[in-house]
Amino acid sequence: MQELLLDYLPILIFIGIAIVIGGVLLGLPFVLAPNNPDPEKLSAYECGFNAFDDARMKFDVRFYLVAILFIIFDLEVAFLFPWAVAFDRLVEGSGWQALTSLGLLSMFTFLIVLTVGFIYEWKKGALEWE
Amino acid sequence: MYDYFQSVLGLEWGYLVAVVTHILMITVGILIGLAFLLLMDRKVWAAVQLRKGPNVVGPFGLLQSFADFFKFATKEPVIPAGADKTVFLLAPLISFVLAFAAWAVIPVYEGWAVANINVGALYLFAISSLGVYGIIMGGWASNSKYPFLGSLRSAAQMVSYEVSLGFVIVTVFLLADSLNLSEIVMAQSGGVHHWYFLKLFPVFVVFFISALAETNRPPFDLPEAESELVAGYQVEYGSTPYLLFMIAEYANIVLMCALMTLFFFGGWHPLFDIAPFTWLHGVFWFLGKVVFFFFMFAMAKAMVPRYRYDQLMRIGWKIFLPFTLFWIFGQAVFMAVF
Repeated sequence: MQELLLDYLPILIFIGIAIVIGGVLLGLPFVLAPNNPDPEKLSAYECGFNAFDDARMKFDVRFYLVAILFIIFDLEVAFLFPWAVAFDRLVEGSGWQALTSLGLLSMFTFLIVLTVGFIYEWKKGALEWE
Repeated sequence: MYDYFQSVLGLEWGYLVAVVTHILMITVGILIGLAFLLLMDRKVWAAVQLRKGPNVVGPFGLLQSFADFFKFATKEPVIPAGADKTVFLLAPLISFVLAFAAWAVIPVYEGWAVANINVGALYLFAISSLGVYGIIMGGWASNSKYPFLGSLRSAAQMVSYEVSLGFVIVTVFLLADSLNLSEIVMAQSGGVHHWYFLKLFPVFVVFFISALAETNRPPFDLPEAESELVAGYQVEYGSTPYLLFMIAEYANIVLMCALMTLFFFGGWHPLFDIAPFTWLHGVFWFLGKVVFFFFMFAMAKAMVPRYRYDQLMRIGWKIFLPFTLFWIFGQAVFMAVF
């Protein structure tokens, strides 16, 4: 366990160093550059008029749909990773008979179930962007 | 390097110092490399349009990126009055840190990765999924309409193409039987005919196009489509916060180039395993391939017209996703039977 965690220590140090470099870059102009704020300079970018209302408005529900779909398919990919790595050990028998091995059939069933769902949402028009 | 520091400073401190030195070499290397790649990007773009590109600062404009850096560092940092200050400044930092953290597992040469972990590819997948946060936070914190719309678009786009990227690399794992990036490269040793792009050419093309979309590069640069959204989620940013976003974007592009090299083009292996090709050290082969792919990215930017948003979503969900899914299915059947 200790050994395993030690493998990840360099990543933690790497992230730490990246935060330091990024933080220094981020702080640089606050030290070096002039700072004369005025209300016009600090207003949000619009086409020459003051913003009518809060910019965090309602947005299209399809963005939400895409996010949900992403979660489903990303999970599917995460399930495929270990299956792909262990693929050689899952295949039993040779020739066409290999297709009946449990490891393959169960993953194919899983893929088919997801594909059915995918076809359903396609037909429902969840993927249409006019 | 590790042995040297450990013999001088003892086992634990030597290891720590060696790791920090290694990381600093890689980060500084990436930062300096990015400065020149950025220039190359602009030069290629200019050359395609029969312009000279940046040519004033230094010979052939070689120092342009450094001049740009000093300009960024001395610009006044403007934080909009309506913005959420903490999140506004945190967003570029997150993008930057994530773009660099991914490099921790990239093996430039055999045994040269900072962290040679067994699940390297899974780690990369996780880090690149997190990349969306920087953009969403930047767009939301700005409290302005253009960044908000731009960040939504960008998030939806990155998320869509993440899926096809994931499916494509599963095909690589099927062949290599490992998630360790070094082992994936080792499985391709022995010359160009062992590289995976030959067996997996169609999915390699999918990977290349998805990489363009994932990094918001033209022709898929809709989040910052300047004619519609001015500059997408970056509108309110200036000075070094903007610079961090830009460095993160280019670090991600080079990362995608490195991934194509590792997954499909044999990493540090030379073209053929015979004399004149093996004289060149593997690191140069790796860097050469990365620069080649970066050149392809630059050419795509220069030559291909921008996609429309609905076309982008259609190609991601209705073409790439079913195609890669079908390919995995077919490849698994093929590998099991033959």
